[in-house]
Amino acid sequence: MNNGDGPIIRIRALRKRYRVGEVDVEALRGVDLDVQAGEFVSIVGPSGSGKSTLFHILGGLTPPTSGTVAIEGIDLASMTEAGRTELRRTKVGFVFQKYNLLPTLTAGDNIAIALHIAGKSLEIDTWSQEALRLLGIDHRLDHKPRAMSGGEQQRVAIARAIVNHPAILLADEPTGNLDSKNSDAVLSLLRDLNERLKQTILMITHNPEAAAYGHRTVHMRDGRIVEGETGPLVS
Amino acid sequence: MILTLVGVSRGMVEESKKRASGVGADIWVRPPNSSLLSFSSAAMSEKLIDFFAQQPHVVIATGSANYSAGVMEPVSGVDLEKFARMSGGFRFLEGGTIRNPDDIMVDDRFAAQRNLHAGDKLTLWNRSWNISGIFEAGKLARIILPMAVVQELSGATGRISQIFLKLDDPKNTQGVIAALKANPALQGYPIYSVEEWTSLFSVNRITGLRAFIGVVITLAVVVGFLVVFLSMYTAVLERTREIGILKALGATPGYILGILLRETAVLAAGGALLGIGLTFGTRWMVNTFAGPSLTQTIVMDWWPITTGIALAGSVLGTLYPGWKAIRQDALEALQYE
Repeated sequence: MNNGDGPIIRIRALRKRYRVGEVDVEALRGVDLDVQAGEFVSIVGPSGSGKSTLFHILGGLTPPTSGTVAIEGIDLASMTEAGRTELRRTKVGFVFQKYNLLPTLTAGDNIAIALHIAGKSLEIDTWSQEALRLLGIDHRLDHKPRAMSGGEQQRVAIARAIVNHPAILLADEPTGNLDSKNSDAVLSLLRDLNERLKQTILMITHNPEAAAYGHRTVHMRDGRIVEGETGPLVS
Repeated sequence: MILTLVGVSRGMVEESKKRASGVGADIWVRPPNSSLLSFSSAAMSEKLIDFFAQQPHVVIATGSANYSAGVMEPVSGVDLEKFARMSGGFRFLEGGTIRNPDDIMVDDRFAAQRNLHAGDKLTLWNRSWNISGIFEAGKLARIILPMAVVQELSGATGRISQIFLKLDDPKNTQGVIAALKANPALQGYPIYSVEEWTSLFSVNRITGLRAFIGVVITLAVVVGFLVVFLSMYTAVLERTREIGILKALGATPGYILGILLRETAVLAAGGALLGIGLTFGTRWMVNTFAGPSLTQTIVMDWWPITTGIALAGSVLGTLYPGWKAIRQDALEALQYE
């Protein structure tokens, strides 16, 4: 377990290989990275650089091929599918580029289902109320996604991702489908969540301006973290 | 579909039962080798009526000569005066009894389906008939003529199809039947009390009907299962991305399968209720448009059976695509377009 002093995420010699047709693709070729609790880290890199694969491994959506990945001291590499499901339920919150809200549920129910899946009371606690207030969607909870703008849908997705107090919030191109005004609003919200609620955030982006919202930026290319990053990679 | 088909099969049987009971006889005598529901043409001598009339305890003996006015449109020819005394008489809703050679009587169901009224003309067997009266359904056939007319039409003068006996006291029924069966001259004639006769009008007693219903129900179950299976399979495919979202949120396989099964159960229960409601519509359509020989009843005892079939079929039909869905990789599911 994380003792509160070490990094909340510790990655060492992480490799991921998967097969596309009859070709083996080396998506990650030895990644080392530490993220401290309460950090807001931006991960940038061109398509195919491996940042999404890193995101998927951290989120427990796919297992690594080799190396170690620990979140709060729990190693993901040896986890079973059930273990990774538990990880997604308790330790990780996802924000996707396409929002990925359930279309038949209202915004409030989209948030509530995350609580339900986690087996928690559907009552929004004080922390989450503060988060909803920060996100500015407390008056839109009865609306279905189709009645909301992209920016509003992404804010609902952020609320859903953090309502269970995950150790880390993984945001995959959260502004990729938004115009500049809504992008600024969502990025400011992520920074507010990080600063006021001390939420650890890893954000993937192509956009250097978006990346600048984080405390530091990690650059990836060809499955490796490359020079040029801002801030320490490994403590 | 199941409720309608069972309702039609049972409706026809119960309608026959009701019309048999409406005769008012205590004993029925059928021709030798006759089948239960056959509305066969005249097969016994008319003289038998006089023979039965002379038997102890018999107060009225009469019979009917049956004929057909087309596919499944039987006609009964009766001795109107004797039949009225035995059955209590026809209850006329319009007009009255037959008085002229070209008169004919029809029941209200036949009249309603053909929009006929007393005094209208009805063409049967290339002959124009005058409708003398429209009577309340429930006695023999839907079309009634004097016995002699039917015998002439069917070319069976002096022959009848069945004989009805009314006794001085219904308590004597079994004794009279025993005495008649003991008579060597009546060997081979099926002789029934009215209770025995009407009890034969059940789905289980009619050769082939039970098997027919079994085949229909099996087909309905198979078709229903396939429809539900394919519907759920398509629904699960269409919701692959949603299942991926649930998996990304940490939903367990049991949680996702539970959602699918609960949704299916609600759909199946709703579908069963809708099906039950629709049978009232099909009853109206069958009884209004399908011809006077077809009758559909509402089979309430089949409601829980069909609901069970719908639930079982839909749940089983959900398990396979549900099982596939929960085994699906979360990443693939999220990338599904």
